Amino acid sequence: MSEQITKPVLQLRQINKNFPGVKALQQAQLSLYAGEVHALLGENGAGKSTLVKVMTGVLQKDSGELLLDSTALSFATPKDAQQAGISTVYQEVNLLPNLSVAHNLFLGSEPKRFGLIDKKAMANQARQLLSSFGLAIDVTAPLSEFSVAVQQLVAIARGIAPKRGAACTKVLVLDEPTASLDADEVQTLFQVLRQLKQQGVAIVFITHFLDQVYQVSDRITVMRNGCFIGEYQTAHLNKAELIAAMLGKELCQQRHQAPCLAVEHSEAILTARQLNSGQSVQQLDLDLPQGQAVGLAGLLGSGRTEICRLLFGLDQADGGTLSFAGKPIKLSNPAQAIALGIALCPEDRKTQGMIAPLSIRENISLALQAKQGWWRVLSKKKQQQLADFYIEKLQIATPDADKPIGQLSGGNQQKVILARWLAVEPQLLLLDEPTRGIDIGAHAEILQLIRQLCQQGMSLLVTSSELEELTAFSSKVVVMRDRKKVAELSGEDLNPDRIMAAIAGASV
Amino acid sequence: MSRTYLPLWITFALVLLMFGAGASQFDGFASLRVVTNLISDNAFLLVTALGMTLVILSGGIDLSVGSVIALSGVAAALLIGPYQWHPLLAFALILPCAALFGAGMGALIQYYQLQPFIVTLAGMFLARGVATLLSEESVAIEHPFYDAVAEFGLELPDGGWLGATSLLTIALVLLMLVLTHYSRFGSYVYALGGNSQSAQLMGVPVARTTILLYASSSMLAAMAGIIFSFYTYSGYALSAVGVELDAIAAVVIGGTLLTGGSGFIIGTVLGVLLMGLIQTYINFDGSLSSWWSKIVIGGLLFFFIALQKLLSKQWQSKAGGKA
Repeated sequence: MSEQITKPVLQLRQINKNFPGVKALQQAQLSLYAGEVHALLGENGAGKSTLVKVMTGVLQKDSGELLLDSTALSFATPKDAQQAGISTVYQEVNLLPNLSVAHNLFLGSEPKRFGLIDKKAMANQARQLLSSFGLAIDVTAPLSEFSVAVQQLVAIARGIAPKRGAACTKVLVLDEPTASLDADEVQTLFQVLRQLKQQGVAIVFITHFLDQVYQVSDRITVMRNGCFIGEYQTAHLNKAELIAAMLGKELCQQRHQAPCLAVEHSEAILTARQLNSGQSVQQLDLDLPQGQAVGLAGLLGSGRTEICRLLFGLDQADGGTLSFAGKPIKLSNPAQAIALGIALCPEDRKTQGMIAPLSIRENISLALQAKQGWWRVLSKKKQQQLADFYIEKLQIATPDADKPIGQLSGGNQQKVILARWLAVEPQLLLLDEPTRGIDIGAHAEILQLIRQLCQQGMSLLVTSSELEELTAFSSKVVVMRDRKKVAELSGEDLNPDRIMAAIAGASV
Repeated sequence: MSRTYLPLWITFALVLLMFGAGASQFDGFASLRVVTNLISDNAFLLVTALGMTLVILSGGIDLSVGSVIALSGVAAALLIGPYQWHPLLAFALILPCAALFGAGMGALIQYYQLQPFIVTLAGMFLARGVATLLSEESVAIEHPFYDAVAEFGLELPDGGWLGATSLLTIALVLLMLVLTHYSRFGSYVYALGGNSQSAQLMGVPVARTTILLYASSSMLAAMAGIIFSFYTYSGYALSAVGVELDAIAAVVIGGTLLTGGSGFIIGTVLGVLLMGLIQTYINFDGSLSSWWSKIVIGGLLFFFIALQKLLSKQWQSKAGGKA
């Protein structure tokens, strides 16, 4: 971006978007200039995807302004956005495996002859388009014949392919385009991005690989919890500042509360040595002491969630040892973990945790029922007692236990899921991002609950992107980077700045 | 490449094999007469199966076609007989009505996100019920137009005769061939069958395509009903029971994936021909029960479904490696 063109090609202003129980976007904004690569960054749930969906017509904004070339527009469907010149390549390859590569590129705007699709011309145009990507493949073969990386490049090529009746591509949105590419393929992609930049396309680049941000982007917009945090020149923002912006420094009121049970010595309930799991976790040593909460910090993709999955038996270790309460164990499925007294409250409660149409009572009794075996049915009375107990204890805001969980607010949903696992009285509770997407009040309550559980002797492993929060309850914090443990902080060292430094690593 | 066409080649080989078996055992089997009879006897099934191919390509199913055949036959017979309409006028009313009926089912499937299976099952009962309500008895058709059409045709050597309905059927096959493989609508149908969510994100007009799809299927079924009425000179509410299942069988034997997204019109033509040939073989033999054709078709279906599973498994293992 040598000199700035004065007017942005696309501008989003004060965008609000609510889902039931969640404020997905609050006053979000984004400005794109022609010929720039603009990184849109934030942790999971920060609202990046929602913002992109609003600007590509998949979702409708509740309020706010979308200006394309200074004209206010509103897109009802993805097609409208495409017609206006905004193309999107989604995280998963959203193409059609059964159609040929050429057809995937031109579906909906196929070259025609005598009113019929001219397959020969289509193949020729496809070859031409892909040659600029350095791809020389058989464009008449079905897309399913090719690797994910090739499919990803085809998806991007489709994004910039000329479309029938549409303006030429002005904005290209790439949502995690490099997630499934190897290093060489990433470089090919960046080559293409630079080429497109010169042609004056504005590129939105969403990724969680920060190195790639510095390699290719000109400017950065950071989002957190559905809000706009800041817009920066990439060259003027170092990695530590970027991470600080992404993770935030809120919740100061939690900061000065002492972590439970400080660092007094206690037996380890779970010990991992040299634990390995394919590409996702490498050489992990971990001790989880009895009756303490251990924090797990790191950026998205650093291996946090993978550790939780591993310790719950969802993923299998392919090396290293694991022992629980002093005995060596092997976990090959969650049922074994549950039997030992390990519970996992997963990261994404919408898709992995709650069963939206079922009542609070049913959602709470689910795990206990599963543990008991389906032949010993929990009576409705027992379920009701259980539900009432936790509604009272966790202060779940609901008129009664029969309300479907889908109708509760995010914070209350999270409490119900927590109650589900507390009901099985685990010895070790793994909490993956327990406070994401919930309001500040519920947030404090959940932190309070974590402390209480420790006092009752339960051990916890809690992942969170919010560093202040981690320091508020953890006796120690394990920091992950690139799938490896890079630091273990406790006592004096346990503060957000040190954690952030460890996350950012040597490149600070 | 070969994987896409493999089921098609297998069906083609089976057609040749069946024809060869018949020709080697029976005098007069290898004649144009047998071939043209094959077409005219199976014309209504073929036309129905063309629509069914579109629907199955999109990942759906249409169980209502058999009833629509009966309903349009009864409606045509009644309009031409008691109501004294000219047949062409009757057809001009029946075909758009059938299209509307199909569009209605398509709209239910699209806007209420209902299973095609259940919606078209309801359509099946509805159409059959209405047909029976119109007339419980078989209604005979007597009209000079029908006689004229019966006499019109193409004389071929070797006792071959392509009647008007056969010619119409061949024209419809060609039309559907172009529509499915060389039109944008056809691409959209394949797109829906591949992955309807991706299709939506790629800007495919999913609603319009779905509705048009079921409208075409119903309209082709009504066309089949009209062809059937030329064959039987009557309309009967209880005719064509189970034809939807024959059509599905023909489409599957023709190599179209039941999960959608892969298949060819020409495969369906081969599938219908193969089923017809089996029946012709049994007729020539004379000693075999005609239920043998059902047994053979059943066996073939098992074979093709197993083949589909095998092929799509390979497909997935290849594509899903890293995702």
